[in-house]
Amino acid sequence: MLTKQQMAALVASDIPRGAFVNLGIGLPTLVADHLAADSGVVLHTENGMLNMGPAAHGEQIDPDLTNAGKAPVTELPGASYFHHADSFAMMRGGHLDICVLGGFQVSAAGDLANWHTGEPDAIPAVGGAMDLAIGARSVFVMMTLFAKSGEPKLVPRCTYPLTGLACVDRVYTDHAVFDLGARGVVVRETFGMGIDELAGRLEVPLSGFTGAEPGRDEA
Amino acid sequence: MTARLCADAEEAVAGIQDGATVLVGGFGMAGMPVTLIDALIRQGAADLTIVSNNAGNGDTGLAALLAERRVRKMVCSFPRQSDSYVFDALYRAGEIELELVPQGTLAERMRAAGAGIGAFYCPTGVGTPLAEGKETRVIDGRTHVLEYPIRGDAALIGAHRADRMGNLVYRKTARNFGPVMATAATLVVAQVREVVEIGAIDPETVVTPGIYVDRVLEDRVWREARGC
Repeated sequence: MLTKQQMAALVASDIPRGAFVNLGIGLPTLVADHLAADSGVVLHTENGMLNMGPAAHGEQIDPDLTNAGKAPVTELPGASYFHHADSFAMMRGGHLDICVLGGFQVSAAGDLANWHTGEPDAIPAVGGAMDLAIGARSVFVMMTLFAKSGEPKLVPRCTYPLTGLACVDRVYTDHAVFDLGARGVVVRETFGMGIDELAGRLEVPLSGFTGAEPGRDEA
Repeated sequence: MTARLCADAEEAVAGIQDGATVLVGGFGMAGMPVTLIDALIRQGAADLTIVSNNAGNGDTGLAALLAERRVRKMVCSFPRQSDSYVFDALYRAGEIELELVPQGTLAERMRAAGAGIGAFYCPTGVGTPLAEGKETRVIDGRTHVLEYPIRGDAALIGAHRADRMGNLVYRKTARNFGPVMATAATLVVAQVREVVEIGAIDPETVVTPGIYVDRVLEDRVWREARGC
């Protein structure tokens, strides 16, 4: 079973050199710490910047320079700034190679629920999640495979309100990595738990990895 | 008409009426026109619809306007934050209306208003609760939702520098919604750290051309507070 940092390192190692990537708030933010300095990966932040740098500390902190989570960040050489309509046109227009999002639930068909628990006193907040989910060329979700209650989060059908339909390409969890697509749910890699044991704890049909999805863009 | 330099914040927000829809720039506190919001609180307009990405942070700016019970409805993408307790309490008490809009759709609806577009089809939100009841259409095999423009009676934005013609430049990610909101309201007011002479801003670097800007307020206190 992987720690959150190990999951982040794994996601980072699967991001190709030079990719344009958006990291969602929460768990995906950790991925930035594991990208090699020479990876050439360009981070996009929804609030209007490309080539965002690491977190700002001390005298680097500038209230005019924050990430999507409103935390102070830095800029890297070659950075650019743009307004919100352009930032989201970049997403919807299919210009981002990958986005990494957190998840409450992902369905076998790739539906994502990650913005609202639907509980009556919960205050709904969607931010840019719906735009990212349908806009990036490849959507990775990073989440624990089981909720604290033990309920699986990879499910036949999402019970939480949806963020997007059939939008998730790959799910990174602490127990396994899953590819979602025309072949259904394909177990790409496991961490301690075998496929049979996983199949016993999940309600979705699983198959083993035998190579990349046909016709699928290799992220 | 070309932009007017305002002597003080009162002049900058004069004329905003009860029941107005006000677009408020900023993403968190970056680009938030706090001086103009404080002036709007003193000015007294009530029953407002506020369009802004967030629903206020802490006790200042937008949160202070909400606390004064001057806002009937919030249109935003991300009200819930660690320090959005003013909004949270009003919402849970049923004392404020919320229209939740995906962030990109929020920006594009204002862009459409500013660009004279009657409505647009957008794939964001299809199959989710935020598209319920909206007209849909399949275009090139993909389902889209029909979205209508959001136009403001007023827009309050924060920018870095203006010249005397109202041309604006922003700074880093404080740009965010400012340039879009500047196109989408009848009265556009910009709070800036510095006003410079005509010609002092390189025309190639102007982000918001002065045609969109009605009033400019130079705020040196804001400039000092930001340390730049």
